[in-house]
Amino acid sequence: MAPPESATTADPFAAAKPDTGPLLRAERATRVLSGPKAGAVPVTLVEDIDLTVGRGEFLAITGPSGSGKSSLLYLLGLLDRPTRGEVYLDGQPTRELSDAKRARLRLEKLGFVFQFHFLLPEFDSLHNVTLPLRKLGRLAARDIDARGLLLLRELGLEDCARKHPFQLSGGQRQRVAVARALANDPEAILADEPTGNLDTHNAATVFDIFAHLAGEHGRSVVVVTHDQDLAARCHRRVVLVDGRIVDQG
Amino acid sequence: MNLLVEIALGHLRTRRRQTLVSLTGVALGVGFFVAVAAMMQGFQSYFVAKVIDVSPHILVKDEVRVPPVQPVEAAYPGGAVRLLGLKPEEELRGIKNGLARVAELDRLEGVAAAPVLSGQMILRYGSRDVSAQILGIEPEGQRRVSNLERDMTAGELDDLFATANGIVLGAGLAERLGAERGDTVTALSTAGVVMNMKVVGLYETGITEMDNAQSYALLKKVQVLEDRPNVVDQIRLRLADVDRAEGLARRIEQRFGYRTESWQEQNQNVLGLFVVQNAIMYSTTGAILVVAAFGIFNIVSTVVLEKVRDIAILKSLGFDSRDVERVFVMEGLLVGLAGMLVGWGLGWLLIELLASVRFDIEGFVKSEGFKLNRSFLNYALAGAAAVVAATLAAWLPARKAARVDPVEIVRGAA
Repeated sequence: MAPPESATTADPFAAAKPDTGPLLRAERATRVLSGPKAGAVPVTLVEDIDLTVGRGEFLAITGPSGSGKSSLLYLLGLLDRPTRGEVYLDGQPTRELSDAKRARLRLEKLGFVFQFHFLLPEFDSLHNVTLPLRKLGRLAARDIDARGLLLLRELGLEDCARKHPFQLSGGQRQRVAVARALANDPEAILADEPTGNLDTHNAATVFDIFAHLAGEHGRSVVVVTHDQDLAARCHRRVVLVDGRIVDQG
Repeated sequence: MNLLVEIALGHLRTRRRQTLVSLTGVALGVGFFVAVAAMMQGFQSYFVAKVIDVSPHILVKDEVRVPPVQPVEAAYPGGAVRLLGLKPEEELRGIKNGLARVAELDRLEGVAAAPVLSGQMILRYGSRDVSAQILGIEPEGQRRVSNLERDMTAGELDDLFATANGIVLGAGLAERLGAERGDTVTALSTAGVVMNMKVVGLYETGITEMDNAQSYALLKKVQVLEDRPNVVDQIRLRLADVDRAEGLARRIEQRFGYRTESWQEQNQNVLGLFVVQNAIMYSTTGAILVVAAFGIFNIVSTVVLEKVRDIAILKSLGFDSRDVERVFVMEGLLVGLAGMLVGWGLGWLLIELLASVRFDIEGFVKSEGFKLNRSFLNYALAGAAAVVAATLAAWLPARKAARVDPVEIVRGAA
């Protein structure tokens, strides 16, 4: 009972798409926190951000703590809405889209990796990885599992498919989280301190995967990190201070 | 399996014991509702069937509902008229022209009518005095308006003609007197007439109130006993369709002016009691469900708090607010459905248990064991109530889960 070829070919990622303009673009994007949760004075997280992320670009966002790195990443990843300005995904303005439409775009085109793995504890690795595939519902059940296993193998986790998160090491968990981010073959990977909880070896492995995705498959990768060595491996480095871009390498 | 159901089940599995407690709560609510409703409706419909079977569907009495207006009040309506020491006119009581009216009612489609004279008396047998009601009947007409003949356990209705003064006693009444068929008892009426009567028959309807207090004799004899010659004070009607009783009763009352009671009105004290009884049942079993619903609210709220990170990641992966809401509503729904199924089993078991209990009760009606109404409707009603309550209870925390802002969570979780 061999799964269809498409799902089991050695490389789980489709070829790079023709360049039709930048994948992500922020235009004078500003995010101000106000209301009861922000306290008495509104807090400006990021201000007037103009940033373009091309296809196949491997971009690092760095800067001191509290400079707005993560906030910028959440804006680019459609997790948060800019208070002013606009964020374009594939040329499409996204600020005014409904929550459901933005969720759909995240599902189809974006993959997130956070510092904390955020795996669902009730499910084993394979289940966690296939969650976005099942939500998208484009593949048959059998193909979904085949693709999940393929992704796990790609990340060196073929033995962990049936293990639950609590049975895995920290490095393995983070790699399962990366596999999950890649499940729907997203156009961009957005990672928020993905190596923050990892040792040097595991950190390098995760970064190798990102570099491979950007270089060989033309996926855009945006990584928030304050590890300068890792940032140096990216194509471009954006430095944020107090919510503003001070350097776009 | 559906992805959202799978996630919901995963959450419930992490709260196994709480889930089990809430599920048990729902099951108890459903089970007890089914069993108690079966018991009460069974009894109530048995009682109503008995009443319809035994007592007249419509009873015309020689009374008026509203006391007659005095001439001075009629002359000055709304005036400051006060009558002191008024002595009501003493009319000869009874339904005027009774037999003609019986004949008139009897001609109606689907209606049988018979005349009755009722009176109070004391029956004496040996050293026992028992107060009882006596109904003077014409056996021919009575046969058409009641099942008295069928309910007779000794003798026949026609035996009333065979002796000079025959009387048919209710079983309970005979027992209280210690009299049996063939014995002669002494009747002492409120009019002061004393008559020796021979017990020619006994009957038992199953309605305790009747069996313990009513006796029957020929109309003519009762007219003598009560010293009311040629008087009829009740007309008893039996209908082919009992649901017409209330409407027809109102029309008869309007036409004749006499107080006319349908079987519902005659038994309104008991039927009213049933309403209260039902209200108590619904609120008690409902309370169990409400408590169970609180349990479900509690679990789902806890899970929402506990799983706030999972909610955030689901949202960042591309699940929208409605997916998240559905996951948690599903948790309540699943507990409700499982509780409903277990509750149905429990209810069925309880009913079978109650059905196997045998005993003699003598309340409103005589019966050996519980009368049970094994209606599918009760199962459906209890199940629906449980599922709705469970879903509503989960919906409140589910809405909270849907509003979780993933940014807030991932920012704080590093």
